Amino acid sequence: MTEAAELDRPQPGASPAPAPLLSVKNIEVVYDDVILVLRGLSLDVPQGAIVALLGANGAGKSTTLKAISGLLKTEDGEVTRGEIVFDGERIDGVDPDKIVRRGIFQVMEGRRIVSDMTSLENLRLGAFTRSDRNVAADIDMVYNYFPRLKERTGLAGYLSGGEQQMLAIGRALMARPKMILMDEPSMGLSPLLVKEVFSIIKQINRDLGVTILLVEQNARAALSVASHGYIMEQGKVVLDGTADELRDNEDVKEFYLGGAGDQRKSFKNLKSFKRRKRWL
Amino acid sequence: MNTHLLIQLLVNGLVVGTLYGVVAMSFVLIYKATQVVNFAQGELLLIGAWVCWALLAKYQVPFYVGMPLTLVFMFAFGIAIQIVVLRPMIGEPIISVIMVTIALSTVFQATLKWIFGVNPQPFPQIFTSQSVSIGGLQIQTVYVMSLVVSIAMMIGMAWFFKVSKYGLAMRATAFDQQVAQSLGISVKSVFAMAWAISATVSAVAGVVVAVVNGVSSGLSAYGIKVFPAAILGGLDSIGGAVLGGIIIGLLENIAQYIDSEYLHWGNLYEIAPFYVLIIILMIKPYGLFGTKDIERI
Repeated sequence: MTEAAELDRPQPGASPAPAPLLSVKNIEVVYDDVILVLRGLSLDVPQGAIVALLGANGAGKSTTLKAISGLLKTEDGEVTRGEIVFDGERIDGVDPDKIVRRGIFQVMEGRRIVSDMTSLENLRLGAFTRSDRNVAADIDMVYNYFPRLKERTGLAGYLSGGEQQMLAIGRALMARPKMILMDEPSMGLSPLLVKEVFSIIKQINRDLGVTILLVEQNARAALSVASHGYIMEQGKVVLDGTADELRDNEDVKEFYLGGAGDQRKSFKNLKSFKRRKRWL
Repeated sequence: MNTHLLIQLLVNGLVVGTLYGVVAMSFVLIYKATQVVNFAQGELLLIGAWVCWALLAKYQVPFYVGMPLTLVFMFAFGIAIQIVVLRPMIGEPIISVIMVTIALSTVFQATLKWIFGVNPQPFPQIFTSQSVSIGGLQIQTVYVMSLVVSIAMMIGMAWFFKVSKYGLAMRATAFDQQVAQSLGISVKSVFAMAWAISATVSAVAGVVVAVVNGVSSGLSAYGIKVFPAAILGGLDSIGGAVLGGIIIGLLENIAQYIDSEYLHWGNLYEIAPFYVLIIILMIKPYGLFGTKDIERI
């Protein structure tokens, strides 16, 4: 990862990688003008990849997603420093509904489907920003991924948690986004359903070429589908690498995957892990 | 028992009731989309009626041109109110916004009196025959028109919310504004659209009432009658508003009948809806169709 200023300099030995689809550069996010949540966070999401953003509660993962999708504005939050570049254009400070039109769709934490509408109406809502005539075909496509949704014709509020998550993902697909931001798709789901949801996420990424930025508590599941991962602590990225690197990293094993070694590490090591500074 | 009077009153009740239903519907529309209780709803009727009157009586525009012009004006006017007066209030406590609508109502009343004077004005003749006879009942032609127009608007509204994507967007906004924004819906334009549609629909009702009774500031009393109708139906239910309106309209006329035949108290017509309002608030505060949150078991 490089800092914004370094991007301009030629880097010896670096392969001429194509510009990432989404690039978050050293952003700082403040809520209500006083609460500093993200303190200089940077990350890149290459075109067509699945990237996982991991970390403990309160690390600022959801805030990062909301900063990208612009929904921060609806919660009195603001990007006060740094920039967010999507598809070559700056999108920090843009209204959330306009960001959807540019091709970023966020599946919010807790699914947030419209419970007093049917699942079909929810899917049609997902296509709100589109004016082409292929909406009906895309509804069929979503039903192909999630056959169960087709059978449930009642109000979406009565769907099970897993079905609601599927509906939320289906609704995102209806917008034909370039990129989907997923906030904890595994929340409240049984292990079997988590597996199913993640395999569908992988499938969607492969079939449709949708780039996915995935926020997860369930690090194991997330790293099983992601090609690259970032680990956040207290509003910063503390570690990043390919999914394999992260899986093999001793600290990640200890803190996020569980069951690393035979004996627990001492608190001294824990501190040193947190203190390891990175200037992304 | 005076059957003929009763039937006549029931028909009146149905006609006036559907009109209440239409106004209640436009009232609920604003409430549903923006959570604002609009105390200036009656004035929207009045503005519509005055504008149409001015076009027809002053500028001698034929009705079939004047009416669409009125509607276009009211649509733009609704958007203007939202942008100029209410948009800066977004994010303020809802009670402040409601106070603003009370202020709007006063300002509109005063301005209209200033422009059009305080005297009631008769509406120009629109139909060649005053009344038509249906099954032996004399019904004013304008009432027939009113019924047809009201039902058409109700069907239109149902289509809008059930099928059109802007209707879905409005429902999503009513459900959760953050969710709506995450779907690419601009909450500000939904609010503007809610006011525009509400003002337009109210204006239709205003013109219909004005054709029957002439235009006067008393017309805005319809805005007050809307409260029992909307609350009976459940404040956030469009269908409930329609049904509530019809029930209130029938009730008024039944009260009128009982009053004139048996009780001779006078004025029961005016108060009956508000007794109903009190009773509903006591026994069914959510109204007949007011939504309670879905609980998944």
